[in-house]
Amino acid sequence: MPEVQAYKTTERRGETFSYLPPMTPDRMRQQISYLIAQGWNPAIEHTEPEKSFSSFWYLWKLPFFGERSVERILAELEACRRANPAHHVRLLGYDNYTQSQGTAFIVYRAGSR
Amino acid sequence: MADKSYQAGVKDYRKTYWTPDYVPLDTDLLAVFKIVAQAGVPREEAAAAVAAESSTGTWTTVWTDLLTDLDYYKGRAYRIEAVPGDNTAFYAFIAYPLDLFEEGSVVNVLTSLVGNVFGFKAVRSLRLEDLRFPLAYVKTCGGPPNGIQMERDRLNKYGRPLLGCTIKPKLGLSAKNYGRAVYECLRGGLDFTKDDENINSQPFMRWNHRFEFVMEAVRKAEEETGERKGHYLNCTAPTPEDMYKRAEFAKSLGAPIIMHDFLTAGFTANTGLANWCRENGMLLHIHRAMHAVLDRNPYHGIHFRVLTKCLRLSGGDHLHSGTVVGKLEGDREATLGWVDMMREPFIPENRARGIFFDQDWGSMPGLMPVASGGIHVWHMPALTGIFGDDACFQFGGGTLGHPWGNAAGAHANRVALEACVEARNQGRQVEREGREILADAAQSSPELKIAMETWKEIKFEFDTVDKLDVVNA
Repeated sequence: MPEVQAYKTTERRGETFSYLPPMTPDRMRQQISYLIAQGWNPAIEHTEPEKSFSSFWYLWKLPFFGERSVERILAELEACRRANPAHHVRLLGYDNYTQSQGTAFIVYRAGSR
Repeated sequence: MADKSYQAGVKDYRKTYWTPDYVPLDTDLLAVFKIVAQAGVPREEAAAAVAAESSTGTWTTVWTDLLTDLDYYKGRAYRIEAVPGDNTAFYAFIAYPLDLFEEGSVVNVLTSLVGNVFGFKAVRSLRLEDLRFPLAYVKTCGGPPNGIQMERDRLNKYGRPLLGCTIKPKLGLSAKNYGRAVYECLRGGLDFTKDDENINSQPFMRWNHRFEFVMEAVRKAEEETGERKGHYLNCTAPTPEDMYKRAEFAKSLGAPIIMHDFLTAGFTANTGLANWCRENGMLLHIHRAMHAVLDRNPYHGIHFRVLTKCLRLSGGDHLHSGTVVGKLEGDREATLGWVDMMREPFIPENRARGIFFDQDWGSMPGLMPVASGGIHVWHMPALTGIFGDDACFQFGGGTLGHPWGNAAGAHANRVALEACVEARNQGRQVEREGREILADAAQSSPELKIAMETWKEIKFEFDTVDKLDVVNA
């Protein structure tokens, strides 16, 4: 058994998937496909990192109701990031039946490349 | 009614309470009991006796029976079925009219249905297997104070199960040392930590001291991670007055969730606390100490699916469900049956999962099953497969027992969980490919790698004592 390692100073996280390596375009595509296949409506939100604890981030445009194209969502995520490079950008899936979100996760962290 | 005259004495129960032609009403409360009758007692008579003793009947005729319309109020045994693979026992189906029960009172329902009748001499053993609460009755109960959707929205956690940990050792820590253990778990990546059920307010750690240090830990972990966190502050107490005092103090400290033990404290206390939580925007975690006393014996007692339904009516946002894979008892299909009973709005009859009746919950919110007991990172793929997203997995030893401590243990669990969820969403067979999924994730997480090495040989493969009654199972 190796020696005890000190656990690092706590890092800022962002809920689902924030303990995995940053999203790659390929992994993003797979998660967007899943979201669409569940029948959820994709939506994009972004915020200044210091305001990220709030329930309400800025909504990017409107939710993309009925959108089936993974590439269209990827393009919107990219456009949101270009417009707000200093913001966190997250993708969420609105679930009409539970009136909640089926999933939500940060796609780009502020300042990431 | 004038055609009835009074005749003192004992008459066969079946003459009054066995009604095989009866078609149950939508408003009837239905029950199925597994009965082993005393030698020489016919099944119809035993079933009728149970119907009588759990409703209007007593052992002898009394003249005051004739002052009312007993045909309106009596319970009716309306069907008998064989128990598959067992000729000593049989199922008796009984219908109770709605007016036998006080509105919104699980207490009253249980006092009737599992009261004196369980000590009744004509039956050797008796088990309440399932109940159908009519929607008309469900609507009179408060139910979960918040429900799954409100919990997710409050905590901002979507698309994955939640992670928790019971702080150990369960007894003997001081408040500040206990808070330390909480802080480490939460900053490492857990959503919740939990008081063990027997942590109430002992001399080594009074409840108010614990609450203060724990909430400091919760707040600090929230500030550092940017994620919302909670600790189930156990408000189970010797008196209702003490219970409410603890709940109020938890609220004053900004706690998002408190905890209660619904069986040892009782349904009156539980329903009261659930109402308090609804009025005060507080989540309610429910522990189930004492359940195995009631539900483990296949021939006598109350099945856990019944306790689950009663708790959903009484109120709670989390309820322990068993893990299927950990150290505690739990058949997979039966567990899936009561997990559905916690979460779904409508659950159809499904004998393969031990569900005897359709159950309609109307608009009552669902609650989260909590899988806890002897689980660790290697169980994560199976847990993700069995429970899906709307559940809370609690790793006690599986977090605190990590060779590098709580934060590393928490981190390992969080990485394992997210890796399994991501793989599931990618369409992979998570239970079958679990080893590869975890091994891949461990490449970027030394915490997970060590956890996998620490626990790789541990399994819990004892046979289940209480199996479903299915032929050739």
